[in-house]
Amino acid sequence: MINISEYIKTINNNRKKALSIFLTAGFPTKKEFIELAKNVLDNGADLLEIGIPFSDPLADGPIIQASSQIALENKINIDEIFEMCYELKNYSNKPIILMGYANPILKYGSEKFCNNAIRSGVSGLIIPDVPYEEYNSFFTNEFLHLQKILLTTPTSSNERIKKIDELSEGFVYCVSVTGTTGIRNNFDENTFKNLERTYSLIKKNKMMIGFGISNAENVKSLAPYCDGVIVGSAIIKMILNKKEMSEINSFISSLNDSCSY
Amino acid sequence: MKINYNYPDKSGKFGSYGGKYVPETLIHALEELETLYINQKNDKDFLTELELLQREYNGRPTPLTFAKRLTEYFGKAKIYLKREDLCHTGAHKLNNALGQILLAKKLGKKRIIAETGAGQHGVATATVCAKFGLKCVIYLGEVDIERQKLNVFRMKMMGAEVIPVTSGSKTLKDATNEAIRDWVTNVNDTHYIIGSVVGPHPYPMIVRDFQSIIGIETKEQILSIEKRLPDYIIACVGGGSNAIGIFYPFLNDDEVNLIGVEAAGYGINTNKHCATLTLGSPGIFQGMKTYLLQDHYGQISDVHSISAGLDYPGVGPEHSLLKDIKKVKYEYSTDEEALEATIFLSKHEGILPALESAHAVAFLKKLIPNLSKDEIVIINISGRGDKDLNTIIDSLGGKI
Repeated sequence: MINISEYIKTINNNRKKALSIFLTAGFPTKKEFIELAKNVLDNGADLLEIGIPFSDPLADGPIIQASSQIALENKINIDEIFEMCYELKNYSNKPIILMGYANPILKYGSEKFCNNAIRSGVSGLIIPDVPYEEYNSFFTNEFLHLQKILLTTPTSSNERIKKIDELSEGFVYCVSVTGTTGIRNNFDENTFKNLERTYSLIKKNKMMIGFGISNAENVKSLAPYCDGVIVGSAIIKMILNKKEMSEINSFISSLNDSCSY
Repeated sequence: MKINYNYPDKSGKFGSYGGKYVPETLIHALEELETLYINQKNDKDFLTELELLQREYNGRPTPLTFAKRLTEYFGKAKIYLKREDLCHTGAHKLNNALGQILLAKKLGKKRIIAETGAGQHGVATATVCAKFGLKCVIYLGEVDIERQKLNVFRMKMMGAEVIPVTSGSKTLKDATNEAIRDWVTNVNDTHYIIGSVVGPHPYPMIVRDFQSIIGIETKEQILSIEKRLPDYIIACVGGGSNAIGIFYPFLNDDEVNLIGVEAAGYGINTNKHCATLTLGSPGIFQGMKTYLLQDHYGQISDVHSISAGLDYPGVGPEHSLLKDIKKVKYEYSTDEEALEATIFLSKHEGILPALESAHAVAFLKKLIPNLSKDEIVIINISGRGDKDLNTIIDSLGGKI
């Protein structure tokens, strides 16, 4: 397991924001997913978030929903996702974070899930439907050795953001806007105000911004308000649109370039 | 010894079920709703306003009808029907929509969203929005749009925008996902009127409380007619709002047997059913921990029922607790049994029940051989079946 917080700190020390890329496991096919993930890691992703597909992803917009649907049609399951994580861990020494909904993990069994996750080189977990209130019910002792990353949103109060920062490990995932995952062309003034507010409240952790980040310009504009950015839908959309791998690679490089300051 | 039933607890749990398993964005709105509701639920002005609406707009109290010919037909027990089919808009759903629209007004929300399966909750929500002049958006699965055409027209006539949901199985669960996504996006000006005792806390509690008027009236009515409590109360269970509504005021009355009837679709030996409590296992879905129909890897199953309102792979968390502590017994009826019961009740009592409610009626046939003449059974007729005529005609091949 990699200490994600220390890892991001090292990147930041080199005058660079961390770049995390989200991919849906088993999408577009099981085999292509591995190639894609390796390319993403080779072309400038600092962290890799792997989505565990769920039949009812209520925090996701149409793009990630579509990728989850395809991955499930490819009959991906958690056991295979662990095998993929293991292969990718051996491929690169960058942190792997699993992002998924509560139910598949609960059904798989918390103990078995955590043991296999750690064995497969997973460092952290993001579960968007387990908020602060359910932290203790869901994250039982078995989860001790996985870094549990919590989310803040524009509707989180100052008080809450401080509590979330206390509890979160690895980093705090700052959701840029109220809404589901997906591409947004621009961020408005209120978004920046909220990011500034959130960033100033987060003391213990590094803060990464996600949701709606779709291009290098976005990354540049958000960089002053965070320690890193998370991009998902923009890349998934390129794959859905059958873009060449070379195009995806240069897109990731451009994101990476705009992380430097 | 009498147990004092008192759920949910402060964190919104019914035992280990319930809770708030939602994205962070919604937490603030849920807290705001809970605070307001706790503040209003004993407020005299709020209760007076709601009571007036229930009486003069919804047509409450609904009758408790003695089913004379049904009783004679079986010759076993006295059968009564709680007539939620006589509510304005044709089902119990308005009981909740009226309560929630008052809360939405107090929250200062300008836009209302809702999910619907059978269309009855969509119609109820469109109705209260028309009455109170709020913008209304209804999410409805594409499959259900076909099944419930008449209700789609009704919603549109009342000014609601109806959005067809094309994701997943295109039924109630997908409409609910889409409504939650809308709410996550527009939470600042939008109130989500959930139609059943499902979703994150405080919804299962609020919807139960607004629906418990069914049970409160039933208790008064049966005590006045029979001078005693009933032996059995039967209600259908999809999400479970009409069932909780009639059961809740009887939960501390141990002598009353409560039976929830789920939809067994093509049969519980097929994979085309919605018998969640009968065959499901606990999981986390749409904001709550509860029994679910799911596969080995925790993916939610595609379910089936002839009745769109029961076509749901989850169930209200309070029902999960009531099953575990054996306060309520959960049974099931198939599509075929429900259809037969629809016609049976029409012929014997002149009451056309909704296909949902017909599942409860169908269970009567299984229960009644074990009963004696002096026992009393109440069935909750949660809605009327006019909306189902297309489905019924198709299922019977156009003949009766």
